[in-house]
Amino acid sequence: MLHNEFDIAVKVSNLGKAYRIGVAEKKEKNLITILLNAIIAPIKNFRKIKSLNRLHTDTEGKDVFWANRNISFTVKQGEVLGIIGKNGAGKSTLLKMLSRITEPTEGEIELFGRVASLLEVGTGFNPELTGKENIFLNGTILGLTKKEIEERYNSIVEFSGIEKFIETPVKRYSSGMKVRLAFAVAAHLEPEILIIDEVLAVGDIEFQKKCLGKMQEVAGKEGRTVLFVSHDMAAVKKLCNRAILLQQGNIVYEGSATDTVDYYLQNAASIASQKTIDISNAKGNKKFVITNIEMLNEEGNKVQLAESGKDLHLKMYYEVKEKGPDPVVIVKIKNNLEQILFTCLSRNSYNGIMQLNDKGVITCVIPKLPLATGLYSVDITLKYWFDITFDVENIFSFEVERGDFFGTGKINSDVMNGMIIYHNWIIN
Amino acid sequence: MSENSRLHTVIQSKNKTALFNFKELIRYKDLLYYMVLRDVTVMYKQTVLGFLWAILNPFFQVVVFSVIFGTVAGISTGIHGLPYPVFSCLAIIPWNYFSTTFTASSNSLIITSGIFTKVYFPRVIIPLTPVFSKLVDFTISLIMLMAILWYYKYTPGSNVWLFFIPLSIIIITAAGLGMWLSSLVLQFRDFRFAITFLLPLLLYVAPVAYPAIKVQEQLGNTVYNIYALYPMVGGIEGFRSSFLQDVAFPWKLVGISGISSLIIFISGSIYFRKMEKHFADVA
Repeated sequence: MLHNEFDIAVKVSNLGKAYRIGVAEKKEKNLITILLNAIIAPIKNFRKIKSLNRLHTDTEGKDVFWANRNISFTVKQGEVLGIIGKNGAGKSTLLKMLSRITEPTEGEIELFGRVASLLEVGTGFNPELTGKENIFLNGTILGLTKKEIEERYNSIVEFSGIEKFIETPVKRYSSGMKVRLAFAVAAHLEPEILIIDEVLAVGDIEFQKKCLGKMQEVAGKEGRTVLFVSHDMAAVKKLCNRAILLQQGNIVYEGSATDTVDYYLQNAASIASQKTIDISNAKGNKKFVITNIEMLNEEGNKVQLAESGKDLHLKMYYEVKEKGPDPVVIVKIKNNLEQILFTCLSRNSYNGIMQLNDKGVITCVIPKLPLATGLYSVDITLKYWFDITFDVENIFSFEVERGDFFGTGKINSDVMNGMIIYHNWIIN
Repeated sequence: MSENSRLHTVIQSKNKTALFNFKELIRYKDLLYYMVLRDVTVMYKQTVLGFLWAILNPFFQVVVFSVIFGTVAGISTGIHGLPYPVFSCLAIIPWNYFSTTFTASSNSLIITSGIFTKVYFPRVIIPLTPVFSKLVDFTISLIMLMAILWYYKYTPGSNVWLFFIPLSIIIITAAGLGMWLSSLVLQFRDFRFAITFLLPLLLYVAPVAYPAIKVQEQLGNTVYNIYALYPMVGGIEGFRSSFLQDVAFPWKLVGISGISSLIIFISGSIYFRKMEKHFADVA
């Protein structure tokens, strides 16, 4: 019994978190009801704001959304647990509860040891204070005591590599220096339980790598417990002992990291390989529109995960409401920083002028998909000559899993959110 | 990492009514220290006069109060021979501490929502920070008080140490109201507007420009006792009399105000504890 207790680092039982989401209100059209509504608005507003935290008593309303429900798992000391799932599956909410930022609506979490998470890097930095003052402020916010920071101070400064500017106000720092200092503090927390959310750490590839490196170090050498949330399936397979798969707020699979990732890749493929488009939200005159999109792999099967280095087919179901001259299709592929990586412009790449029927399919084929692991989104614009008929940003998003792009038999390594360009080596 | 020292935390959704989690607060005492230090360091950064503002601000208030209320309106200090500047300075200094703390504390959660939605620490530290950091300004402004007392040849008597009692009442009230309002403001932003118009009203009601004894004279004993429920009444009257040798310390006023300040503080901390679990969701 005693042995068992010391063995467990995290114990989660029947955890659930409900949020209240807005429900569309009736819109009144006549003046009297509008005036009447303005008078009773304070009462309505009060009820609405008040209800934001009335979830203990009333959890079954139609505006209640369960971000997590019935989550139970245990993590042993020294274990590295991967948490995977699509965006919106409830990973971040789970982490927020584990790091005590928000309280669960039901259930219980038991933590044995100090928790720190790398998603909090740089929290509470004050631009007016010097680097040194911020180390102490940030360190205490993250749960260290003054004595503990003093012991680690030299090491933190050394790690950050900005000794020269340590007495300078942080507002004079470059953003890179800020991140380095913030990370130096986070890296010296030495918690018993470390939470890493790759999803929230977007923005700085350098920094993400540092997180990953630090994580390997922490998990490997020091025998700490790590909870790792990632979209990078290869990293999960490589770093984690075990993994759980979240889907719509529930755990749908739990097992070894390899099994869970494989299950995810196989099953995620059937979830949302196609999407029906709500045309009413599109910009443009809507004479020529897309109603449905499907993503297909080389073999012609619908997929939600594209594989790097394999052909990708984007099948767009179109409708022509009114004929026009010279139809043009523009497909933009963006990374998760909303940067456009490349554009498929039919005006240049389609030989001739598109002949369209009333309804039909346009397929954009991208041979040997040159994208690294990550989440990508698609913008589609349709035109008649230069007249925009249909324009939707982020119409579709898809994940890319790593593959053997170069045909060398090696799976490409962890370049994140980038493009893979063909190149050769000449050795003399 | 010894096994025995491992921290055991249980996170539940249960509604528990409690004052403070003292064990946790002690663990985070250094955070409070650095938050206060940050407030104090940042306050007068990039100003020319720096901490002189802590003296100039009440000085001009004393001048205006003395001219308007003392000379123009001719309000009596209620104590024979007491010059109006001494009388008003002894009230303005504690009042300034109260009003700046009250404002800063009430808005503290909104301002720091970027921190507490990312990291866990005892949230009560946030509204309590101004309670301590504003004491620095208060202490500096005591220099001006000493100067005015010296100028009018007033020497505090042997019971000057009693000023700690009304000062504690003011601190406890500011902390209690800070806990109440910071959590209310976070959820109902209406209170932000309410505070800006309430503060001047609270100033008029407090015995800053006039002595509390006037209330007794004009409105009777019952009203006077109810009046003392407003903690700033006992706080300011007590503070004022402790610096004046020939004025008796108003034990009754201070006692009533002290009790009501404790009620505000305890209810504030209970309300704060009850609401803090939702802060990240409503922020």
